Amino acid sequence: MVRLEKRANPSRLWSVATPVLAVVLTMIAGGILFAMLGKDPVAAIRTIFWDPLFNPQFAAYSRPQLLVKAGPLILIAIGLALGFRAGVWNIGAEGQYVVGALVGAATGLALYPMDSRLIFPLMVVAGGLGGLLWAMIPALLRTMFRTNEILVSLLLVYVAQSLLASMALGALRNPQGGGFPGSRNLSQWASSANPELVAGTGMHWGVVAAFISVIGAYVLLQRHMLGFSIRLAGQAPRAARFAGVSPTRLVIVCFGISGALAGLAGLFEVTGPAGQISLDFAQGYGFTAIIVAFLGRLNPVGILLAGLLMALTYIGGELAQFMLGLPAAAIQAFQGMLLFFLLAVDILTNYRIRWTKREAA
Amino acid sequence: MDIGGINIITLLATLIVASVPILMAALGELVVEKSGVLNLGVEGMMIIGAVIGFVVAVQTGNPVIGFLGGAVAGAALAAVFALLTQVLLANQVASGLALTLFGLGLSSLIGQGWNGIRPPLTRDVPLGPLSDIPVLGPVLFSHDWMVYASFALVVAVWWVLRRTRAGLILRAVGESHDAAHALGYKVRRIRMAAILFGGAMAGMGGAYISLIRVPQWTDGITSGAGWIALAIVVFASWKPWRVLLGAWLFGGISVLQLSLQAAGSRIPVEYLSMSPYVITILVLVFISSGRGRAMGAPADLGKTFHASR
Repeated sequence: MVRLEKRANPSRLWSVATPVLAVVLTMIAGGILFAMLGKDPVAAIRTIFWDPLFNPQFAAYSRPQLLVKAGPLILIAIGLALGFRAGVWNIGAEGQYVVGALVGAATGLALYPMDSRLIFPLMVVAGGLGGLLWAMIPALLRTMFRTNEILVSLLLVYVAQSLLASMALGALRNPQGGGFPGSRNLSQWASSANPELVAGTGMHWGVVAAFISVIGAYVLLQRHMLGFSIRLAGQAPRAARFAGVSPTRLVIVCFGISGALAGLAGLFEVTGPAGQISLDFAQGYGFTAIIVAFLGRLNPVGILLAGLLMALTYIGGELAQFMLGLPAAAIQAFQGMLLFFLLAVDILTNYRIRWTKREAA
Repeated sequence: MDIGGINIITLLATLIVASVPILMAALGELVVEKSGVLNLGVEGMMIIGAVIGFVVAVQTGNPVIGFLGGAVAGAALAAVFALLTQVLLANQVASGLALTLFGLGLSSLIGQGWNGIRPPLTRDVPLGPLSDIPVLGPVLFSHDWMVYASFALVVAVWWVLRRTRAGLILRAVGESHDAAHALGYKVRRIRMAAILFGGAMAGMGGAYISLIRVPQWTDGITSGAGWIALAIVVFASWKPWRVLLGAWLFGGISVLQLSLQAAGSRIPVEYLSMSPYVITILVLVFISSGRGRAMGAPADLGKTFHASR
């Protein structure tokens, strides 16, 4: 007989070991999935996890991509993790990412073709503000009308995607684009460009912001009263209320931070790697960031590592698509599987497994 | 009866068809939530049901087997959720999200090479003279069997929850798992059964989209129907009859915006296509701002149950 015994405190060892275990289990299950698709599982796993970093032929191209992809994932996941810790579920980061990019891009394009160093910082502020305001919709509806924030934030993703299509085809369309959908290229206009800061590293301002957010979140959680409130509200909501933590304030703050960070991620993406507002701008970073947040155990340093790993699966997935003809959707399923295993093995952190003989009642 | 280039009778008839997928999924989720479990993976289970149902129907040439396949696929994905939340005691919100993310990826993987194929046709049930009645005939009596099955399921779910012992036990488990456990009911087993039922219903709802409503397979075909189904359960205050009402309301909105698009309305297409989601949010706000706290929500909804001896 197997019996579960709740631990008084989560196991420190297992809270570090479970993400690693989950990754290993996902590799095994993913290998089986790839084998079922008729691909060599070992080659597929090696192409995804090893070749982008160490294969002499591809590493030069794919190593910089690691930071390019990890930047937005980390930036969004850090914000989400603060909320998840407090039991505030913002799952509409994808929408906040899109709206941040739209507002930021619109601000910049309004000033086109002015030449000023102030334009990019202005766009950054506008992008963060756009994401923040979009996140305020579910937050305020939650605090004012007790509307379920999970559903509202998610439904707003679909609204944001329609808005994106409308903007790419209408208001923000490049007037010199020959009628094709999509805005002017922001990465080729010096005032709005978010270039690679150090050649060959993939480092752009969004990656810098991601690193700052990791440090900021770490300090916030460890040293600041707000971080304490967040942790307390998540672990013991009743105790938090007695301690004077306002649930309303917490919902607004958590949505505000995560929305602003998602908006920033969108802005850095549209001015850098993506370059323009286009119909396929929303690539699902907002949803993958949810996996990153959990894989990093809602811990800033963990999220940094998880973001890099998840970025690796993106790049490796593209490589496997190109080299082995592995379908793009296989990687998406692979990432979903990772979250499954992560949640499954998490039981080891919070419970002790006891093997007992069946007792006679 | 035309208003602004839109035929009202056709609109009502399509509304009935358009509401079936969300009705099925929402009914299933209602039973799951009544047992105290919040499964946010409806979207994932629906789309898996849609793709498997489609593939099975095309392979066998029989849409009925297709629906069965969709139900089995939805239930299989729900079984993963049941394992995670009931056996491994994982967080229900996170597990539900994982189900949706995984389902979306897996469905587009399975669906590769199935685009642009037409599934076997499902015929309308011949109801003879009934379908010749003006107005009511085309609106209510000229549909496929799934439409009538979904109506029957509304009645069945209401009957079981309200009028049978099994329904009473299910609700007891949802209101207080500790009390139900103390009385000797198998909380975990009952919840798992409810989760599987919810998965099968979502899977069938998804299969309805790819086999009858659209009918073909494209990536992301459910486009948020699962989330709207979740919202309808809240809208319905966990009552089966109101789920039907909610499904008609949202079916109506999505059909209306599509016919407005077709009729060449002056409102841009993008704003029309976001309208079902915006209106869902508005209705959610309206419902939740009403009297008291979320009315009718099971007291132990979303809480993890662990019998500590």
